[in-house]
Amino acid sequence: MEVLANINQWVTIFLMVAGLYIVVARGNMVKKLIGLGVFQTSVYLLYISPGKIIGGTAPIISPDFTVYSNPLPHVLILTAIVVGVATLAVGLALVVRINEAYDSIEEDEIYAQEHDA
Amino acid sequence: MSSLHLPALLVVVPLLSAPLCALLPGRLSWFVAVVVSLATLAITWAVHDRVLAEGVISYMIGNWPSPLGIEYRIDEANAFVLLLVAGVGAVVALWGRESVAAEVGRRQERWYWTMYLLALAGLLGVTITGDAFNVFVFLEISSLASYVLIGFGRDRRALTAAYQYLIMGTIGATFFVIGVGLLYTMTGTLNMADLAARLPLVEETRPVHAAFAFLVVGISLKLALFPLHLWLPNAYAYAPSVTTAFLSATATKVAVYMFLRFFLSIFGGAELFELLALPDILLVLSLAAIFAASTVAIFQSDVKRMLAYSSVAQIGYITLGIGIGTRLALTGGIVHLFNHAVMKGALFLLLGGIAYRIGNVTLDRLAGLGRRMPVTTAGIVIAGLSLVGTPGTVGFVSKWYLAQGALERGWWWLVALIVVGSLLPVVYLGRVIEAAYFRPAPADSALHEATPQMLVTAWILVVACVWFGLDTSLTVDVASRAAEALWRGQ
Repeated sequence: MEVLANINQWVTIFLMVAGLYIVVARGNMVKKLIGLGVFQTSVYLLYISPGKIIGGTAPIISPDFTVYSNPLPHVLILTAIVVGVATLAVGLALVVRINEAYDSIEEDEIYAQEHDA
Repeated sequence: MSSLHLPALLVVVPLLSAPLCALLPGRLSWFVAVVVSLATLAITWAVHDRVLAEGVISYMIGNWPSPLGIEYRIDEANAFVLLLVAGVGAVVALWGRESVAAEVGRRQERWYWTMYLLALAGLLGVTITGDAFNVFVFLEISSLASYVLIGFGRDRRALTAAYQYLIMGTIGATFFVIGVGLLYTMTGTLNMADLAARLPLVEETRPVHAAFAFLVVGISLKLALFPLHLWLPNAYAYAPSVTTAFLSATATKVAVYMFLRFFLSIFGGAELFELLALPDILLVLSLAAIFAASTVAIFQSDVKRMLAYSSVAQIGYITLGIGIGTRLALTGGIVHLFNHAVMKGALFLLLGGIAYRIGNVTLDRLAGLGRRMPVTTAGIVIAGLSLVGTPGTVGFVSKWYLAQGALERGWWWLVALIVVGSLLPVVYLGRVIEAAYFRPAPADSALHEATPQMLVTAWILVVACVWFGLDTSLTVDVASRAAEALWRGQ
């Protein structure tokens, strides 16, 4: 089962493409941000899954173990998660302000307001 | 002893003073921002001098040895970009006191300067670091701060512009981090010098090709390479004047530097670069940027928007230097990176001065401004001439080198296109100058010059436009050394 052997890669790619699709296809600004979140989440998986070695343990040196998983991707992704949360927070704050200013968070309605006025 | 830690201080000082700004009352926060940006400039100056005297500086964060720990690595190329970013950062901060108070409002002033310092810290971090993942972290610090900086605009369209930029910028940064992740999977290292050494071994594998593609698209989104520039015109047009001047002169330039660092140093300027036809693609897109964006600029009536489109075109000249692919052309591209920052910084600051007096800067409202604000309009004329590429100004120097690079390749047609492309700014800046000098001012207007502080600081950049156009020893020498540093790939 070639496909199942790389299941983590398939999931990564699915999340990546699905997230990007939501960003492009949806006009609702909150939904776009959700899509962006899914898209970023796929990257977490992309980093973490190659770092895991089946049968490997946490990298604490001990005579009982010889195979360790790579801890670095986890640390990197911890940073990336923080970045993702910050991006989402700024994005949502902007959407709140946009809703106050235009009374809508639908892109086409905002576009119509700008171009009819 | 303390001078050893200058590379770290360069990022840490603005990063830590940013929260300090948030705690202070408005007036003082501006003062802190100015002091910090001037201190940063002094540090970059010292670092730059040391690089020129002693060669590459390698600084280990926390004293962890290099492939494992994060390394700050400064050679001629990024020392030059650091100097540019810190210099523009200091001048714009000095300029911005009244403008920010007027456009952002006294209540939010301190938040504005907090974000300004964060953006500055992020941009300096991207430039100085020698670690690919660290680039991403700093990139996001600067980007998140700049979304907020744009959202501060008075017009409500600033909010949608900031949102759009947030979506496009995050996609760009995520593409970038996907690329870095794939490289890490293949080579097991994030250190740039280490990556450059190990990549040739796995060059012909599909993940590396995919990483290459992700990095190209991600970084191009950030540097607003045509046709990935769609976020830029609105963001620049509706942002507060200080934001526009600062971002147009630094953010895209730092992205260009990233582009150079990744594709010339890390991918070695090597076969892969040629193999995947990147230079050809760059050449076509740059020319498209120069002609399409300049043409769109001609039809804008909002002057800030016009100059934003002109920025897209000017970025085209910088990438053209990379696309031509000779060392002379690359020097031209890097010089233009500096020159464009100086002249666009000058133009946006002068426009900001006008906006401070009259609000939105549209062509109609510029009527008769030549008599009402003579010093400002004279500055616009000089910086504008520089944008066109008149001999004696900085714009000429970079185009001269680009044309020489094209000649090295024997591409006469390209030289002709560069010359024709330079004529398009004549048309759109001509419209500005026509309105300012040849249309009568409305009788009742009681307009007068911007504040002395604004004029003096904006004119620093205007004078730089002429100074570096006449005396090219600093810019061209440094740029050619930078080109060499990038070319030899670390």
